[in-house]
Amino acid sequence: MSPAAITLKSMPISLAARNVTHRFGNVVALDDVSVEVPAGRAVALVGESGSGKTTLLRCFNRLVEPQRGEVRVGDKDVRTQPAVLLRRGIGYVQQHGGLLPHWRVLRNVALVPMLREMPDATDAARQALELVGLPASDFGNRFPHELSGGQRQRAAVARSIAARPGVILLDEPFGALDAISRADLQESFDRLRHDLSVTTLLVTHDLAEAGRLADEVVVMRAGRIEQQGTMRTLITAPATQYVARLIERARAGLEALRL
Amino acid sequence: MMRVTRVLVLMSLMPAAYVSAQSPGVPPAPQNRPVIVASKPFGESYLLCEMFAQLLESRGLRVERRPGLGATEIAFGALRRGAIDAYPEYTGTGLIAILHDSLSDSVLADPRAVFAHVARRFADEYRVRWLPPLGFQNTYAIAVTRATASKYRLRTLSDLAREGPYLTAGFTADFIGRSDGLVGLSRVYGLHPRAVRPLAPAVKYQALASGAVDVIDGYSTDGLLARYDLVTLVDDRHFFPPYEAAALVTEKLGMEIPAAIDALTLLSGRLDESTMRQLNRRVEVDGEDITVVAASELRALGLVGGGRTTAKVEGSTRPGFIRYLWDRRTNLAELTLRHLLLVGLALLAAVLVAVPFGLFLERTRHLAEPAIGALGVLQTIPSIALLAFMIPLLGVGVTPALVALWLYALYPIGRGTYTGVRDADPDAVSAAEALGTTPVQRLLWVRLPLAAPVIMAGIRTAAVITVGAATLAAFIGAGGLGEPIVAGLALADTRMILSGALPAAALALLVDGVLALVERLVAPAHRREGIWRKHDLQAGPRPA
Repeated sequence: MSPAAITLKSMPISLAARNVTHRFGNVVALDDVSVEVPAGRAVALVGESGSGKTTLLRCFNRLVEPQRGEVRVGDKDVRTQPAVLLRRGIGYVQQHGGLLPHWRVLRNVALVPMLREMPDATDAARQALELVGLPASDFGNRFPHELSGGQRQRAAVARSIAARPGVILLDEPFGALDAISRADLQESFDRLRHDLSVTTLLVTHDLAEAGRLADEVVVMRAGRIEQQGTMRTLITAPATQYVARLIERARAGLEALRL
Repeated sequence: MMRVTRVLVLMSLMPAAYVSAQSPGVPPAPQNRPVIVASKPFGESYLLCEMFAQLLESRGLRVERRPGLGATEIAFGALRRGAIDAYPEYTGTGLIAILHDSLSDSVLADPRAVFAHVARRFADEYRVRWLPPLGFQNTYAIAVTRATASKYRLRTLSDLAREGPYLTAGFTADFIGRSDGLVGLSRVYGLHPRAVRPLAPAVKYQALASGAVDVIDGYSTDGLLARYDLVTLVDDRHFFPPYEAAALVTEKLGMEIPAAIDALTLLSGRLDESTMRQLNRRVEVDGEDITVVAASELRALGLVGGGRTTAKVEGSTRPGFIRYLWDRRTNLAELTLRHLLLVGLALLAAVLVAVPFGLFLERTRHLAEPAIGALGVLQTIPSIALLAFMIPLLGVGVTPALVALWLYALYPIGRGTYTGVRDADPDAVSAAEALGTTPVQRLLWVRLPLAAPVIMAGIRTAAVITVGAATLAAFIGAGGLGEPIVAGLALADTRMILSGALPAAALALLVDGVLALVERLVAPAHRREGIWRKHDLQAGPRPA
């Protein structure tokens, strides 16, 4: 572990959603959902599009304000502090990175430290880039369009951890990458989150990715939770037919690669 | 060579001091403002306006000239509102185009009765006075070439109606639409030409002479009528009312500067038709300078002293176009500068309003399309109509022109800003939101920088439109490069038109080029590597 990583280490904080319900017009996105993510653990939300997994994720940084139920980050209800301040304490990575195209990589990564008016914002950004394998000396001065897709997602991950948040939210973070880049990134992210001991909530439609990165998996369907547990539990004791079929499908995909 | 120098000089809004410097040493009457004398945009009107102006100056009055105002609606609108004091008008036009009155044939046959009627109605309704007629009529002269006349045996308008299906008419847009024009001719004579081509006054005689059209609407005192040896068809059913020329003045002028009324009345009854045709011919055919023609006629009438000789009369050879421009360089530079000023101010004001407006719409998107649609509707109003609408509110001159140009510039800039900011890299905007930027930070750091090229494209479009539209500002006396264009069209002088049109075109290119440069400067950093080497951002984020 590099010395830089130690300084980045932060106190992990827990996440909790209790009896959360949210509708978009007539569509029920979340129907009385409860999820707990203990501090320092990684949980994956798995499901098809429209299952409500992204909506649930976005409740934690108040991009969605649920109509019923309670959402807690650390031991505080998210509504007790302004959304802008809440978000600056939570790392966030989205599918297409969302780097600001007109800012160089270093400045992009320094965004949250700068928003939090950290005096060593640039140093924090350099350390974060180091951690994701994009040394600032080589990459800091480039524009996002001068990076490969994988490098852009690494930069996005660096941006999410630069301000040493206690929790990171990832929304299909590697979904748009080719298989090899995705595997590389999954591997280094897994190491990174253990090194940082940061609480992680991951949205993915890829069961294999969930199993590789998360301690626990939450399977969602039509705004409800089908099952929550370790991957081993899901495989050995699927709670519903849907979970069983989901695992069957994922396995079939892998079988096809066998000789 | 002196043909238009002075016209151009006088038509620009030059310091009043220069004008009064020309007047003889008569002690000035007590007068705290200039008399504003205007004309409509055709040769005879220019000439009469100049005669009015010189006459007033010879009596020691200060004068401001506003020649070439739009057409009847604009010139009369300006007079009615008191933005100008006087301009030459014709009783028939007053009767039909302004009052929309119809009179019995017996009254119409008597020019004096028509004059009395029009004068009374104008005084009652508009508080505007007709001074006693100048002494000539300038009626519509429906004209054909001598060859056409003999081929189709045309002598009267009834003959013309009979042969109508074989003939192509080239009429001015004004004439086509007026009830004392084609509309009435069709009704009274049953005239239905095979085709009607709308023609600018400047080209109608050439179009007739070259055979492109068979019949045109001229004015009976046009100098060109004689030059092309045309046949004027007789109005055998007395359709056209009398068009007696007279000075139209506001009652306000009579109260404020009675000496001006006295001076203008000196011309009443002094100009007969052959004199007027002769004068028009000197301007339109021989290419004499309007100021010279006006001065010499006033002298001949004994209305101004003979002290002033026109030193410029001798050089009547036509120099090359380049030389022509060179001779007018000071004046053209002034006009160009004024044009640029009009465009610059209108554009600046539009940017100041439309950019924040576009940003506001981005935050209230349900209002956006209706609001921008409304601005788009403004765009469809013809410039000349928009300028005419401005007169009752803002008079004539620079202010209404600026407002009209400003209105035209709003749409492209507002649309560009709204679209650019709305469509700015959605991923970047949503990520910036999720990471805790405030809406203002997202606007300033993300949306605006990314939208800058689209906003600038809107501004460039607006700039080029405005440079073009600003030429029309001359119709309401705002000056600029439209002045030589309007005057040139009125006097059928191609070189004069070009002396305004070419600089205007060059100005459009120049403005667009300069803004293209600005566009590169404001382009988002990742798109301007080429010109902006890595000098900024190297140090990472700017300090909070």
